[in-house]
Amino acid sequence: MKEISCKLLVIGAGPGGYVCAIRAGQLGIDTVIVEFGKPGGTCLNVGCIPSKALIHTAEEFEKISHMASGKSPLGISIATPSIDLEATIAWKDSIVSRLNSGVAGLLKKAGVKTVHGWAKFRDGKTVEVQTETGMQVVRAEMVVIATGSAAVELPSLPFGGPVISSTEALALSEVPERLAVVGGGYIGLELGIAFAKLGARVSVVEALPRVLAQYDAELTRPVVKRLTELGIEVLVGAKAKGLSSKGDALLVETATGKNSKIATDRVLVTVGRRPVVEDWGLEQIDLDMAGKFIRIDDQCRTSMRGIFAIGDVTGEPMLAHRAMAQGEMVAEIVAGHKRSWDKRSIPAICFTDPELVTAGLSPDEAKRLGGEIKVGLFPFAANGRAMTKLSEDGFVRVVARADNHLVLGIQAVGQGVSELSTAFGLALEMGARLEDIAGTIHAHPTQGEGFQEAALKAMGHALHV
Amino acid sequence: MGEYVIKLPDVGEGVAEAELVEWQVKVGDLVREDAVLAAVMTDKATVEIPSPVDGEIVWLGAEIGDTVAIGSPIVRLKVAGEGNVKAAAEPGGEAAAKITDRSTPTRGPSPQGGGGRASAAEASAKAAPHPSPPGKITEREVASATESPSPLWGGVRGGGPAPVAAPRPEGERPLASPAVRLRAKEAGVDLRQVRGSGPAGRILHEDIDAFLARGPQLAKVSGLARNEAVEDIKIIGLRRKIAEKMALAKSRIPHITYVEEIDVTALEDLRAALNKEKRGGVERPKLTLLPFLMRAMVKAIADQPKINALFDDEAGIVHQHGGVHIGIAAQTPSGLVVPVVKHAEARDIWDCAAEVFRLAEAARSGTAARDELSGSTITITSLGAMGGVATTPVINHPEVAILGVNKMMVRPVWDGTQFMPRKMMNLSSSFDHRVIDGWDAAVFIQRIKTLLETPALIFVD
Repeated sequence: MKEISCKLLVIGAGPGGYVCAIRAGQLGIDTVIVEFGKPGGTCLNVGCIPSKALIHTAEEFEKISHMASGKSPLGISIATPSIDLEATIAWKDSIVSRLNSGVAGLLKKAGVKTVHGWAKFRDGKTVEVQTETGMQVVRAEMVVIATGSAAVELPSLPFGGPVISSTEALALSEVPERLAVVGGGYIGLELGIAFAKLGARVSVVEALPRVLAQYDAELTRPVVKRLTELGIEVLVGAKAKGLSSKGDALLVETATGKNSKIATDRVLVTVGRRPVVEDWGLEQIDLDMAGKFIRIDDQCRTSMRGIFAIGDVTGEPMLAHRAMAQGEMVAEIVAGHKRSWDKRSIPAICFTDPELVTAGLSPDEAKRLGGEIKVGLFPFAANGRAMTKLSEDGFVRVVARADNHLVLGIQAVGQGVSELSTAFGLALEMGARLEDIAGTIHAHPTQGEGFQEAALKAMGHALHV
Repeated sequence: MGEYVIKLPDVGEGVAEAELVEWQVKVGDLVREDAVLAAVMTDKATVEIPSPVDGEIVWLGAEIGDTVAIGSPIVRLKVAGEGNVKAAAEPGGEAAAKITDRSTPTRGPSPQGGGGRASAAEASAKAAPHPSPPGKITEREVASATESPSPLWGGVRGGGPAPVAAPRPEGERPLASPAVRLRAKEAGVDLRQVRGSGPAGRILHEDIDAFLARGPQLAKVSGLARNEAVEDIKIIGLRRKIAEKMALAKSRIPHITYVEEIDVTALEDLRAALNKEKRGGVERPKLTLLPFLMRAMVKAIADQPKINALFDDEAGIVHQHGGVHIGIAAQTPSGLVVPVVKHAEARDIWDCAAEVFRLAEAARSGTAARDELSGSTITITSLGAMGGVATTPVINHPEVAILGVNKMMVRPVWDGTQFMPRKMMNLSSSFDHRVIDGWDAAVFIQRIKTLLETPALIFVD
């Protein structure tokens, strides 16, 4: 049995873990990172990145299909396209592996030692890693738990056979003819829309009264409209009961209480993600929990001294950029810097068609704070650039305090609005007021002008509506 | 119409200058003969300056706090008929009036206000062919009004004063950019305690600068507000005299302070008896402890005359006085004054008591004559009923000794077999260690202790 010791041990090389390790390495901290799979975690291997590759492919394919149908107002005509999903997946895999080696290289460059294997706590300072070559014991002064999350399984629909999680959905060799998506959250809709665009007949089964329920209805309306355009069948208030005995249909109890069957080739279950808190020795160190998650304070410290936790294992929102910011902060705390979590917003993006961006508070959340608010909404239908991109659906919405015009939240829905998240996050983090956004020249013609106009609208004098 | 100039009269023997402490008039006022125009203060006396004529005030020659030389013009009046000057007769007279201008230029000083000053400058410009100092002061004021008081950083806000931000409501998160938050974190500043002067109460780098410059402060307790007000109080008149005198004494004199406790039980019995006995007889003042102490001092000084002296340290001469002139430090509404009981060696205990009483009244009512407030050779200071276990009295320069009387209290005293309640009183006395050795100081106080503890000795020659 080999033993190494270090100052900082990071368990899990997902976005939180690897950023933490790189930053720690930069700061001269003797750091070891343990990862069972490939570096990059869910995000890079089976999440954000591969799904975006698939979504992009689907968008391109759908555009061309649309042109081939002869309905394109752009005046382009083209033969009906076909898709070789195996080639798509190979291309996606090449991106993933480039990024894998990129992360590995960055870790190496920062002087971080990577141990491949499954880590398990022996005690608060010692971790055993089961590697290919045997047991490796790592003693560390401080440990960061960054074990991430995994897809939630439904008891009635265990993974296997036709029942798949998002991970398998991103590795299919051919487009299923029929796809049933259980769970109308952002993952289900991102993938459901992509497969619909690639030619699958997609049904979405959502137990709540509407899809994308964490967003307000105004914001999701353009997405719901687009689902219909794409021929996606949406059943809300419906419960997935299991597979038919032949395995070729999904049994559903509809909103009205009737049992029905959805004939399908694959069932994609996207009902959420759960923190990975088992099999790595949590029971050995007995940390305080917050529900299913590990309880942390504003410095990502757990209840045990010297043990930090970051990322999805610590709670919502389960987003890579949150984990990264936590990882960076923890590395700096370990290096002795004074840091604590003081972010005003964690922007979130939903890569549906059209895309959704939220940063800060929605109008309803802002109202619940009790103060008077102002809301300004600017539709892309009045935006020149959106027209020229055939993406007039959607809007930018700004929520601000009525008394001092401090911006509390910004939301947008529309094609390509994911890139606006940068501006939204910056505005909130800098403490912008409506006047700050309205007073900033936004380049023309861009969809970003919608941001400025929404601020003007909230102040009562938008120029282009 | 003529102009009448009032010069600062000779307000006391051998005084070359006096400090203006009060104006009772302003430019434009009509005054009658004998109306009080101003008050000036010399060493320890305040003297009122009356108007010798009827007229209208057109110019005031000094600001409150200025030291003015005797004979300098301080007021110009427009009078009916011929005045005492011809126009332009006294160019630059005002300049001489100002020996030292210790006042710092402020925006709206003194009762006469800015407008009055401007017209004063105008009037003097008319009267005198050359611009005179008041005009210059006006310019200085303008400059100081436009200059910014130490801009903080690069002048983002144009160097003006920070706009007063509304305080953040309870529980609301402080608003600051990430860079400001990081800086605060690293500097150990809790942003919840920092007032944001930026838009929407945003905390700016300047606010951190200001917070750091102010230094750490106690965490805000809800309900208690911080008071950022700073009031500028001009130190003038008696206060300034006291300040100068104290600074002089403490900077020149190496003090040795000696504290001893005295059993005054017997003295108190005697005092009570004397006060009782005299009722109904000849009217005599009520005896306090002071006359006994004064007489004890006279006796002790007879043994050690060097305690009763004035030390001219520049000349290197100790003027040892035969006469014991005891200054009695007294608190008056306007501050500390020291009336002097002259020739205590020639006064019996009743005489001492009467003189102390008379002087204390005069000092309190402000009617003490100048020579009653000067000329002491040794001083007694007492905080009286205020008490205190010990004090470190500051010597009344250029004297060489001061005796401080602390509060009398009944304390348990071990008499060899048991504790007895005794009336005890501490004497805290300071001596000029340059000319009085510690040993001599101790001998002096021990002698007084003996006299006071066996008061009959005071009356025995």
